[in-house]
Amino acid sequence: MKLNQISVFLENKPGQLKLACQRLAEANINILTLSLADTKQFGILHIITPEWERAQVVFKQSGFIASVNEVLAVEVADRPGGLVEILEAIEKAGLNVEYMYAFTFGNKGKAALIFRFDNPDAAINGLKASGINIIDKVELFARAEK
Amino acid sequence: MQAELWNDEFGKFHPASAPDYLPVEQLQQVQLQRLKSVVNRAYEKVALFRQRLDERNLKPVDIQSLEDIRRLPFTVKNDLRDTYPFGLFASPMQEIVRLHASSGTTGKPIVVAYTREDLDVWTGVMVRAFAACGMHQGDIVQNSYGYGLFTGGLGAHYGAEAIGATVIPISGGNTDRQIMLMKDFGATVICCTPSYFIHLIERAGELGVNLKELPLRIGIFGAEPWSESMRQYIRDNSNIEPYDIYGLSEITGPGVAMECRCHNGLHIFEDHFYPEIIDPATGDVLPDDTEGELVLTTLSKKAMPIIRYRTRDLTTITRQPCACGRTLCRFLRVGRRSDDMFIIRGINVFPAQVETALLQVEGTLPHYQIILTREKGLDQMEVQVEVTPEVFSDTVGGLENLQQKLETAVEQTLSIRVNVRLVEPHTIQRSEGKAKRVIDQRKL
Repeated sequence: MKLNQISVFLENKPGQLKLACQRLAEANINILTLSLADTKQFGILHIITPEWERAQVVFKQSGFIASVNEVLAVEVADRPGGLVEILEAIEKAGLNVEYMYAFTFGNKGKAALIFRFDNPDAAINGLKASGINIIDKVELFARAEK
Repeated sequence: MQAELWNDEFGKFHPASAPDYLPVEQLQQVQLQRLKSVVNRAYEKVALFRQRLDERNLKPVDIQSLEDIRRLPFTVKNDLRDTYPFGLFASPMQEIVRLHASSGTTGKPIVVAYTREDLDVWTGVMVRAFAACGMHQGDIVQNSYGYGLFTGGLGAHYGAEAIGATVIPISGGNTDRQIMLMKDFGATVICCTPSYFIHLIERAGELGVNLKELPLRIGIFGAEPWSESMRQYIRDNSNIEPYDIYGLSEITGPGVAMECRCHNGLHIFEDHFYPEIIDPATGDVLPDDTEGELVLTTLSKKAMPIIRYRTRDLTTITRQPCACGRTLCRFLRVGRRSDDMFIIRGINVFPAQVETALLQVEGTLPHYQIILTREKGLDQMEVQVEVTPEVFSDTVGGLENLQQKLETAVEQTLSIRVNVRLVEPHTIQRSEGKAKRVIDQRKL
């Protein structure tokens, strides 16, 4: 159920984002999706990749600080109101969202959102109770390959 | 009128200034008599000093000449920290009428004490200092040194009051109000840190107040090192003649030494504060006109006599005659320090204090560096802290929280506002020898 996401600390200076992505490219690691949260002074880069274990090693060797966190890929209907249904389920279950971002893959009718909950296990139960589909990682990566 | 008599070229006619002009032999007699007395007192009343003399098989009676002072042990800042709060007092608490304190690196302050006579001596040297720069009865003195545990505010206050001036005890901060009162009250003298005055000049400019139209004519600046170019800047932007005042609370506070109108070194009030210059590595006393560490002995203090205190200030003492006629020796303006302490907005800061704060928050000591800059005349301190895997959070809130905690911890230790900037690992240069903790980009 839970997906491993890599988060990397980036100082807000020119070239840092490019450098991080370059290291992954050199190691032949494919980024499936990413999100960049930023403040005036620093950014946090979130990356989803099947090769997250290798990515973690690459970042560490390159001198970046990277951590791994469990996130959920939640299926959302690709139509108006699709996101609202998810958010209502989250509210009903009393879940706390730290951040979220879209998982882009060209699959008509269904899209995915990556959610970082502060309690992923409670989130799994809560969302399931409202009939929300959580995409398992094997399925997610397979869809992304297409 | 009294003011005319006092307001001569070099404060020569102020009654309190007489000891500034003692013939050297007479000065030395006074110094020797007071030295014997203070060594006696410290031996009898201060356990640490007695213990150190006993270890050296020395007795107060062995001090027969001024040169014999070299046989006495040094006092260092740690001695004051280790005896916190009252371990170096030579007077019972009933006789102590004032306590002051300054920051210590472990978070505990350095405590100093004064009897009524000690306060009179302190006020006396402040009067001599103020007379040396031409302050007199009738001057309106804006005292922007901080009032409170810091010795600057009250030291300047009592000195200015004693000389008969009109004192505005405004203390520090609230620059707009400072400028308003300066204008409305017609201040003729200002006492504050030099960097604060430069900040005030800039703010006055923004407010459309022309300092050159004000009756301000004397500035008494201290508590931090400042350069000739800062002095010139102050002269160019006001009608002030800027004077350098020196002191440290371990000795008494401000008023240990003061520039005269010649602006060629600061005269030490050595009838009360006996100066020596030593080689900081060996402790050997150096001759005049040689650079070394300034050591001071309080010849007159009752509550807390301090013998051969190592100030960590590097300077040179000269006994060449000064055009003002004072026979008191001069030391050249203090520039470098022999330890890693720095001064920001008039406050002494040791990198060790910052380390304690960082350690408190993180549990281990991260790599850090302190960057000092000056923006619009105000000192800014940024502490760059490398993020470690242990403290990294994948949420912005988590990292901002960390930044906030670090800022709060450092601010509580130092009592000044700082910025903490989280940086990537290896941003801060590692060094083989002593880590370069402080990068001072202020052009002094």
